[in-house]
Amino acid sequence: MARKIIDAKGSFCPGPLMELIAGMKAAQVGDELEVLSTDKGSANDIPEWVKKVGHEFIETREEGGVWHVLVRKAK
Amino acid sequence: MKILIVGGGMGGTIVANNLARRLHGELKSGKVRIIMLSASDRHMYQPGLLYVAVGRMTPDELYRDQASLLEPGIEFQVDPVTEFHFARNQVSAQSGKTYDYDVLVIATGSRAMMGSIPGLAENAETFYTEESAVKMFKALRNFEGGRVVVTVGVPHKCPMAPLEITFMLNDYFKDRGIRDKVQLHYTYPIGRVHSLENVAKWAAPEFDRMGITYETLFNMKEVDGANKVLKSEEGSETKYDLLIAIPAHKGMEVVEKAGFQNGWVPTNRATLHMEGEHGKNVLVVGDTTNLPISKAGSTAHFEAEVIAENLAAVVKMGAPVRDYDGKVFCFIQAGKERATYAMFNYTTPPSPQPPTRAVHWFKTAYNKLYWTSARGLL
Repeated sequence: MARKIIDAKGSFCPGPLMELIAGMKAAQVGDELEVLSTDKGSANDIPEWVKKVGHEFIETREEGGVWHVLVRKAK
Repeated sequence: MKILIVGGGMGGTIVANNLARRLHGELKSGKVRIIMLSASDRHMYQPGLLYVAVGRMTPDELYRDQASLLEPGIEFQVDPVTEFHFARNQVSAQSGKTYDYDVLVIATGSRAMMGSIPGLAENAETFYTEESAVKMFKALRNFEGGRVVVTVGVPHKCPMAPLEITFMLNDYFKDRGIRDKVQLHYTYPIGRVHSLENVAKWAAPEFDRMGITYETLFNMKEVDGANKVLKSEEGSETKYDLLIAIPAHKGMEVVEKAGFQNGWVPTNRATLHMEGEHGKNVLVVGDTTNLPISKAGSTAHFEAEVIAENLAAVVKMGAPVRDYDGKVFCFIQAGKERATYAMFNYTTPPSPQPPTRAVHWFKTAYNKLYWTSARGLL
């Protein structure tokens, strides 16, 4: 299982979510994807999308103005 | 100094005219040259396509000859650029000619990618070109009732277009006396009905009031034309009788070919210079930038004014005078006779007010006043 970083810093809503959707398509089931975003809206948008689609939301943390949103591809 | 402007849409045209007026003397003396390369000898008022799609304008009203919009002294050529050579300050064009520059302004715009979703181009109507807007109007004329789905991909040109077309359709079907036979449904990629939060907060209750249903977190995946079903990346499906798409956009192919992802040029948000080692004498305006703001005519307009003012100041006194603050102003047509607007910048979000007839009439007037904007007068 791989862990992939999606660096969407500097991109505003809905950019980070769109990059995650593209990243999910390319990922394998079980892979972890960590989105880095400077738009705090991502901390809400991404978990909401992950819940709707049925992937697994792991955690969100903020470090120095960058939100790290970690999810796992579940299907 | 040779200033080369690539693109004759709103951004390129305002930069050229504003600059020509500020540098009248320098143009006359030959100290400065302004050259514009465009893909067309005509200029289209693109926001008018929304009205064409619902039968409220005709295509001929949307065009002017590009040369007629330009200040004297601007050298205008219809010669689409085929390649940028940033390292040697040159571009190649379709005619086979090479044009060199001291300063380059990239204003090439964006294009709707109907082909990016399987089945979309074959099964959906859209209104981002003259041809498609006329085709959509004819489809509406022949529609007698059923489920109309307006589906949205991002990023796209004109941030308000998805809401506006939905509100306009509501009135269109009411005027035809068949609103009760039409179910209007709207889908949007993120968790609310518009990417600007305050606009979404205003628009969702308007949808509810008009009986328009919506599904958020819906990213188009494919269209099953045989069964008239639109499928999403999220696994949901929605049936339609008439599908109307605002597809995701990309920058122009020539920009993509220069190595820029999706055709958006990385741009400094304040100075509007292209990022990177060759960006010092390259400015970017309008849809072409990768800036996190709306791809709108007004964005191009306000950016163009900053670029022209700064370039003129550099010629006259060796330094630029101001930064772009992210200003955008968008009218929102909230039906056939009501409108509001959203004004915002990098730091201040919009706060749309209830729609009024007065703003609608101002928008109607602006549909004509646009030509004074393009000339750099308004």
